[in-house]
Amino acid sequence: MVSVCFYFQVHQPVRLRPYTVFEIGKSNSYFDEQKNREILDRVAKKCYLPANAIMLELLDKHPEFRVSYSISGVALEQFMRHEPKVLDSFKELARTGRVEFLDETYHHSLSFVYSKPEFIEQVRLHNRLIRNLFGKSPQVFRNTELIYSNEVAAIAEKKVFRNTELIYSNEVAAIAEKMGYKGVLAEGADHVLEWRSPNFVYKPKGARKISLLFKNYRLSDDVAFRFSERSWSEWPLTAEKFGNWISKANGNGNIVNLFMDYETFGEHQWPETGIFNFLKKLPEEILKHPDNGFATPSDIIRTHKPVAEVDVPRLVSWADVERDLSAWTGNSMQQSALQQIYSMETAVKSCGDAKLIEDWRMMQSSDHYYYMCTKWFADGDVHKYFNPYDSPYDGFISFMNILNDIRERLKKAGEEKAMKAALNAAIG
Amino acid sequence: MKVLMFGWEFPPMNTGGLGTACYGLTKGLSQNGVSITLVLPQAAADTGRFGFLKIRNANISNVKVKPVKSAMVAYMSPSDYEQYMLKMKGRKSIYGQNLFEEVERFARQAAIIAKEELGEKGEGFDIIHAHDWMTYKAGMAAKRVSGKPLVVHVHATEFDRTGGLGANEYVYGIEKEGMEKADAVIAVSGYTRQKIMENYGIPESKIRVVHNAIDKDDIPWIGSLDHGKSSGSTKTVLYLGRITLQKGPDYFVAAAKKALEADPNIRFIIAGSGDMEPRIIEKAAELGIGHNVLFAGFLRDEEIHKAYRMADLYVMPSVSEPFGITPLEAVMNQTPVIISKQSGVKEVLKHCLQVDFWDIDQMANKMVAALKYGEMHSELQRNSYEEVSKLSWSKSAQGCIEVYSNVIGGMRTGW
Repeated sequence: MVSVCFYFQVHQPVRLRPYTVFEIGKSNSYFDEQKNREILDRVAKKCYLPANAIMLELLDKHPEFRVSYSISGVALEQFMRHEPKVLDSFKELARTGRVEFLDETYHHSLSFVYSKPEFIEQVRLHNRLIRNLFGKSPQVFRNTELIYSNEVAAIAEKKVFRNTELIYSNEVAAIAEKMGYKGVLAEGADHVLEWRSPNFVYKPKGARKISLLFKNYRLSDDVAFRFSERSWSEWPLTAEKFGNWISKANGNGNIVNLFMDYETFGEHQWPETGIFNFLKKLPEEILKHPDNGFATPSDIIRTHKPVAEVDVPRLVSWADVERDLSAWTGNSMQQSALQQIYSMETAVKSCGDAKLIEDWRMMQSSDHYYYMCTKWFADGDVHKYFNPYDSPYDGFISFMNILNDIRERLKKAGEEKAMKAALNAAIG
Repeated sequence: MKVLMFGWEFPPMNTGGLGTACYGLTKGLSQNGVSITLVLPQAAADTGRFGFLKIRNANISNVKVKPVKSAMVAYMSPSDYEQYMLKMKGRKSIYGQNLFEEVERFARQAAIIAKEELGEKGEGFDIIHAHDWMTYKAGMAAKRVSGKPLVVHVHATEFDRTGGLGANEYVYGIEKEGMEKADAVIAVSGYTRQKIMENYGIPESKIRVVHNAIDKDDIPWIGSLDHGKSSGSTKTVLYLGRITLQKGPDYFVAAAKKALEADPNIRFIIAGSGDMEPRIIEKAAELGIGHNVLFAGFLRDEEIHKAYRMADLYVMPSVSEPFGITPLEAVMNQTPVIISKQSGVKEVLKHCLQVDFWDIDQMANKMVAALKYGEMHSELQRNSYEEVSKLSWSKSAQGCIEVYSNVIGGMRTGW
């Protein structure tokens, strides 16, 4: 029996506009409304709407079919505001009862690496939004500081948690377990799995109840990256061929985790490549083998016991060939930007200005740091997807100018506070 | 392979880094085993920065320099010529009448030299290579008498030099004829190739891009690279180039004014000379930033590299720059650069800041940011140095050799 587990990542950041040094202290308008809407509109038309329609069709046609999504809070907010049709189509998928939504950080941030309190707050924010929109996880969470373990343990149990960019280590599992999750997803990188197959359920080192699902990156990347690659020896990839590859996992595992960006369908792989027809035919081809089926991460965790413990002491992600954090933290601009944004945390959270806190959180989206990546930049590489900048340096300049404006706002807020306090003291 | 090459070097005319590029390519070709007879006007051969003396000192083998005697240089040194050009300002042409006479004379001499060089067996050279319009007539004459194929190398077009305003018909005519009669055209960038196609009607298949380069040993030894930057709170932004319309000095000064509003601790240095110099000095004073903008005059040799090195940032705001070697020189002196998007060099230099020459707000924004954000400054410094270190004149020369081989083999298509 092989269960295919689809999980698709849906995320669009709120991109920054070219904010100049001359605006610092003068303008609080940070985001490129027009560009963000243009991109959202394009991706909705090219990917989200047609892909969701196909998924609904497939769920209707095949009672065995299952699929799961992780949608960032930042993306959901934008759907609510500008693309309600997209949100409705996800709700329709949710109503089938065979579509699972995962939790992640609301702002698609690297907060786990830089601030655990912020990380937990963002996960909680996300959990609440998903619950409100899709009617799952009916528990209430409140924003409080520091005493996280007690409170977050109340997070609904039957949830699977996926960290930003599949960033994972033993510590992620430990926190997720404390937060009450049943499972965590991670990249099935060679240096993590070594000789092991990603086609089994594992247990994080040191965990008691939580399970670990690894991405089968070969099969996932065959679709996500190689589908239209004409120089690839397997091109063209048909649903029949891919179905056979999945069946081959029989006897060498019981799950196949296909994790990828949802934008694979129609955006990274254009409709002309035949990606939608591939998607339409795939369940049928997979089900041709009587032992094959579909499952969501929660289904798998319920039905499969971990076969072994896997130790992941260092952070692993699904980015680039390195599968590490270097796409976001590899150069000194990125390190400095991250260090500075998180060093403001205490001041931001105590300023009492909700708009400022929200702006600060929007600045945490991993995308902003990804755009600053200089790795392979000269070779004109990949980090260009949905990238609003011509160069990593332009991305850094806008980011830092805005960060300095936030800093000035903080200073002003602090001064006002002090003034009020002084005034109160004087009045007695 | 043997090449008969026609070069030219007078300081006012070396737009597009003609002298630097000729020298670099000659060196690179020689390193790749190509023999060159380099025909130059006498002045260039004797005194040019990249002329005969430098080639002899650089120990380049297989290169023979043939000076052509000229009437003009007998009474006119390069700096006299510059004065002459300044006097010509306001007249319709940016070129003196003598220059056109000189070009014609050079072409007549070229025919004689080509015949001599060809030898009785007709094996003295395999191909003719001519750099920019001043030598195209010479190249065509050499082709006529020898029957050997001609490659013309476009370092700049009349449209770059004049900023699109009032292109000289005579010069344009020579450029167009040269490109048409040539068996292949080499462009210093994709940017220039586009202009050649648009303005001269030359088909893309006939044009091959060979980017200019820089060699580490082109940078003179003036002490360790990590010395020279100002340590105080005042930062230096450098403009280095001719002060002419094409190079965009007016945009530089306007951006300087804007940048000083955000950071008054910046010093701007303008190094170079040219017909717009008085106007730019006036403009700086008008804008009230006279004390922040220093004019260093025309720099030579080591002075140039010292200027790059003491600067914290180099800006090339050109209105139209077919290539632009100066940013590469700045980078090799560990100085980050802002370059105009209207340039060819951006095709080989990615680790830099780029702006549209007319976008003064962004130019000022990026100037201030480059000085303000140290982590970006050092990333730019390190990454651009690494990137530019991979370039070499030898590699560029290999591009030329491919063109030669294709032309000689009669395969003009499929590049």
